[in-house]
Amino acid sequence: MKDHFRQSMAWLHTWLGLLFGWVLYFMFITGTAGYLDTEIDRWMRPELPAARYPLPQDAAIGQAQRYLQTHAADARRWSITLPIDRNEPWMRVSWQAARGMPPAASGNAYLDPVSGQRLETRDTAGGQTLYQMHWRLHYLPDAVSLWIVSIATLVLLIALVTGIVVHKKILADFFTFRPGKGQRSWLDAHNVASVVSLPFQLMITYSGLVFVMFSFMPLIATAWYGPGHAGQDAFLDEVFPPLVSAKATGRPATLVSLQQVHHDAQSRLGAKPIGALEITNPNDAHARVQVVGSFAAGPLRATDILAYDGVSGEWLSARRPWQSGPKAFRDSMLGLHEGMFAGPVLRALYVLSGLLGAAMIATGLVLWTVKRRQRVERGRGTPHLGLRGVERLNVAVVIGLPVAIGAYFWANRLLPVGMAHRAEWEVHALFAVWLLMFVFAAVRTPARAWREQTLLAAIVFASLPILNAMTTPQHLAHSLLAGDLAMAGFDLVALGVGAMFFGIAWAARRRQRQRAPW
Amino acid sequence: MAAVLGGYALATALPAAIVAIMASGMGGMARSDAVLLAMSLSFVVYTGAVMWAFAARSARAAWLGLGLPALWAGLVAWMLL
Repeated sequence: MKDHFRQSMAWLHTWLGLLFGWVLYFMFITGTAGYLDTEIDRWMRPELPAARYPLPQDAAIGQAQRYLQTHAADARRWSITLPIDRNEPWMRVSWQAARGMPPAASGNAYLDPVSGQRLETRDTAGGQTLYQMHWRLHYLPDAVSLWIVSIATLVLLIALVTGIVVHKKILADFFTFRPGKGQRSWLDAHNVASVVSLPFQLMITYSGLVFVMFSFMPLIATAWYGPGHAGQDAFLDEVFPPLVSAKATGRPATLVSLQQVHHDAQSRLGAKPIGALEITNPNDAHARVQVVGSFAAGPLRATDILAYDGVSGEWLSARRPWQSGPKAFRDSMLGLHEGMFAGPVLRALYVLSGLLGAAMIATGLVLWTVKRRQRVERGRGTPHLGLRGVERLNVAVVIGLPVAIGAYFWANRLLPVGMAHRAEWEVHALFAVWLLMFVFAAVRTPARAWREQTLLAAIVFASLPILNAMTTPQHLAHSLLAGDLAMAGFDLVALGVGAMFFGIAWAARRRQRQRAPW
Repeated sequence: MAAVLGGYALATALPAAIVAIMASGMGGMARSDAVLLAMSLSFVVYTGAVMWAFAARSARAAWLGLGLPALWAGLVAWMLL
């Protein structure tokens, strides 16, 4: 009975892993890259000055208000994001035009907090787009990608649990690694990568599901709130009760000084940091200002929000971070998943765990092919189309995706700054190169493809700092001296990634020379 | 093995989770909280359901093992809500 259970769980684990492994690998790589989104943003916008935070907020808010009043007086909403930590390193303002206005009437800008001048940067997709691809994929309608991502996450949870069930000697195998033994070695690698990061993987997967649970399990809301959109909307309104309801009256009125509102908020919040101001209906009699605390203060991804009358500056109401047990559970799941609260050491652990997750998937995929390839070599099977296809898909995804991301960074430096739709073309470059990697893998033998693509990845990444030095004044020596840690960090990490790929390429070459089972 | 069984796990996951919550719902929980809690638990149920479906000895056993609790849970939920 127990054997049958373990057998069927092993079967389930293998097939779920194979079917969804590539999508999940993509999600792990973009997720880990997305975790470093503002650092990547900084490298992809070299025109920006090095970030300094936290900044004295008073003067900055005054400048922001002046800028918005000059450039977006008719907008329906303004928002001012203040730099308090690495999640938003620069002051950013954005404005949303009234309904019916063309999209160009809305916009955003980075502002110098001292001079109030707009900081001009190249149009780039930045780290933000890598981050968004983590759940939106690309080139797909949102509804479709949401379903794919949701199902993939559930599959991952099932794969993790079945993996645990199948893995008999979890503690002993923790310390087992037998290199050079073909399938055995890949199994060991798969186990080590998975077991070492298991708590993280379970957390990140479950919290990922919590992220999408409103769409994934809408019928549960329907049970309490009734069918259709009305039910869903009623549910969402109760979970996120709107703090201010204000319809624009059309009667103009002077917006209160935001610095005044800010002072009042500070007196109510004490030492808690203020992250943003949101202004609804600026310059209208029904203007409202919301002062938002920091979402990254702790794992609970919720914060104080204070609402003010936008004309008189009078305090209206507040929402505190804690609403109820179940809501706090959801908020802490989101907070843990996004990891925005983490300090430098914990951040490094998050990144490492994300990479281990990717390694877990990659080793699993390779294990599947190695096992069957070895069977073929022992004369116990034929290399059917499925095996050959998976071998090639593996290298195209596991190595090809990093190559494509490297190409994305190259495009950021090489595409002409004034080019139209430049940001979109950076992303096209990523997928075009990835497509090439698939073609590459299709025409080469897997062994050669692994070596060559890995070498390509190594070159693409290791030469990024050189490319940077050739195309901008922000080369590594300059950024280290100036204390621009994000810029320097990116260059150094690129070098490290390149070195890692060189290592893999070398190991692959050595293994092939020994003709060990690959 | 029928992957269809995995799909049917969905029908079980939803009500089963709801029912568990309803019991505590009698203690006066705000309905938005009840929904949040039910949704959060649903994934644990779904995972278990899929594993059960694939471990079952036959397709029939899988359908019954998932379908019956789903029906029961659905009834209870319908009566209580």
